[in-house]
Amino acid sequence: MLLTTCHSAFRQAQGSLRLLRTFKQQQRSAFARLLSSLAVLEQREGKLQSASLSAVTAAQKLGGQVTGFVAGSGVRLVAEEAAKVKGLEKIIMIENAAYDKALPENYAPLLAENIKKEQFTHVFAGHSAFGKNLMPRVAALLDVQQISDITAIEGEDTFVRPIYAGNAILTVQSSDKIKIITIRGTAFAAAEANGGSAEIINGVDPNVQIKTEWLSEDLAKSDRPDLATASKVVSGGRGLKSKEDFDRIILPLADALGAGIGASRAAVDSGFADNSLQVGQTGKNVAPQLYLCAGISGAIQHLAGMKDSKVIAAINKDADAPIFQVADVGLVGNLFEKVPELTEKLKQ
Amino acid sequence: MPTPLKILVPIKRVIDYAVKPRVNKARTAVETQGVKHSMNPFDELSIEAAVQMRERKNPPVDDILALSAGPAKCVDVLRTAMAMGADRSIHVEIPDAGQGQAELEPLGVAKLLATVVAEEGRNLVILGKQSIDDDSNQTGQMLAGLLGWGQATQASKIEFDDGDRVSVTREVDGGVDTVRFPLPGVITTDLRLNEPRYASLPNIMKAKKKKLEKKSLSDYGVDEGRRLKTLKVEEPPPRKGGGKVDDVDGMIAKLKELGAI
Repeated sequence: MLLTTCHSAFRQAQGSLRLLRTFKQQQRSAFARLLSSLAVLEQREGKLQSASLSAVTAAQKLGGQVTGFVAGSGVRLVAEEAAKVKGLEKIIMIENAAYDKALPENYAPLLAENIKKEQFTHVFAGHSAFGKNLMPRVAALLDVQQISDITAIEGEDTFVRPIYAGNAILTVQSSDKIKIITIRGTAFAAAEANGGSAEIINGVDPNVQIKTEWLSEDLAKSDRPDLATASKVVSGGRGLKSKEDFDRIILPLADALGAGIGASRAAVDSGFADNSLQVGQTGKNVAPQLYLCAGISGAIQHLAGMKDSKVIAAINKDADAPIFQVADVGLVGNLFEKVPELTEKLKQ
Repeated sequence: MPTPLKILVPIKRVIDYAVKPRVNKARTAVETQGVKHSMNPFDELSIEAAVQMRERKNPPVDDILALSAGPAKCVDVLRTAMAMGADRSIHVEIPDAGQGQAELEPLGVAKLLATVVAEEGRNLVILGKQSIDDDSNQTGQMLAGLLGWGQATQASKIEFDDGDRVSVTREVDGGVDTVRFPLPGVITTDLRLNEPRYASLPNIMKAKKKKLEKKSLSDYGVDEGRRLKTLKVEEPPPRKGGGKVDDVDGMIAKLKELGAI
């Protein structure tokens, strides 16, 4: 008797468990239809920053409707450009010069208001200086724990991101209603700039008055491909000895390959190259087709920024340098001889 | 007369930057037992920045308060901060922190700090731009958002003018930019800001006499519930070194074979 009771109780429990599961599945598919993502697009002086188009790709991977967001003065042209981006169904545009420099003090409340109004479930931005500065402030205003620098999307609430300078890969599940996410640009290709026809609408503008002023900027000007998105990167380290040598040895090789230029922290700290060229945990993350480095030992902080490159090639005089443990092609030798030789032979 | 600075420097105890972290067998977290820990490198820059402000005296610095939230051993990094020049410390003890799950998330830390800012009457918070374990780069921005204060992230230069305004040069993609706001405000430090000093032995001895308050999360009314659940932690796929070539021609041939050029 007792056994039967237990048994039926067990069956009942099993039954309700099954019911619960079906319910959850239904709920999930209903939710999938309601997924609505916002891709925050960075603009500078009326130009859409193509690097932020990776946010559109990430949002598309998730599924559901994808809306783009642009704010600034004279932003109609940017919005029209963004409207052509494949995968975007709508563009929210806010014309107001107050947002030109994307100061988080007013840009964050602006974003938060628009996210609340349109009830987006997911908000994506690049983990660039723009996204890093802005998105955590937005997350705090919405009482959300942001998920930074993701490299993969496993489900509507589950995301993958590197921690400990890329030495461990964390999979996290978010319980927040709104998911605020920054993405690693090199993990998501930029959405195609053509093929879309999104509707442009005006967003809400809370017009928060702030005391922060933007004073000036000093950006390194270069005709070379941008480091973060270049398909080839040539990078130099402490082994270059001086800025003159860095310029004399590394620049011609980069030109021969049509490559962007990177540097290790040691090279940047010693003044061989500009800070913005630093590759690594505290600098940029790159994942080009070819990462060719000379005079870089391969400290874990540097590897964090480049070990997802398709092909890694290294020239170093120390045969035991850790860089050779990850390099697909290693050449032990004096870079002052080998790099110019390589440059000459590549030109032919 | 410029307003004196009352600085808060939050610091985190993390696995030492030179240690290669290992994922534990259960794949739930990075192994922290028996691993060398130290102060998050960016937080050393924050303390140094605060101490340099005191040395410059314009504006004058009333006091520098260091704070760390985490397990009992956080006291070590607070002592280091005081040996570098912080005046006093608060240790918010979280008994099980360090085992992955119980550690506060950036939003929780930001809420805790916002409460401390109010209770301790702070007008400047200097944080590291990111902790080298979680690599989130969020706490300072979240704190500024909660307080409604000005923020300057990834600072490589900080200057005050006579009108209580602070100008901060920030490391951004492609170069630097400069923003200015009146205090109160939040600044996060980048590597280029300064060279942190070493704590001298006499200063380490003096630091032992400085005040270190013990607090708990409930003292500040912060709940430690997490929004993010760790499903798993894995080793990244290993890269196999492709071996070495003898000369430049060998390198070019191999690169062509791999389709890289």
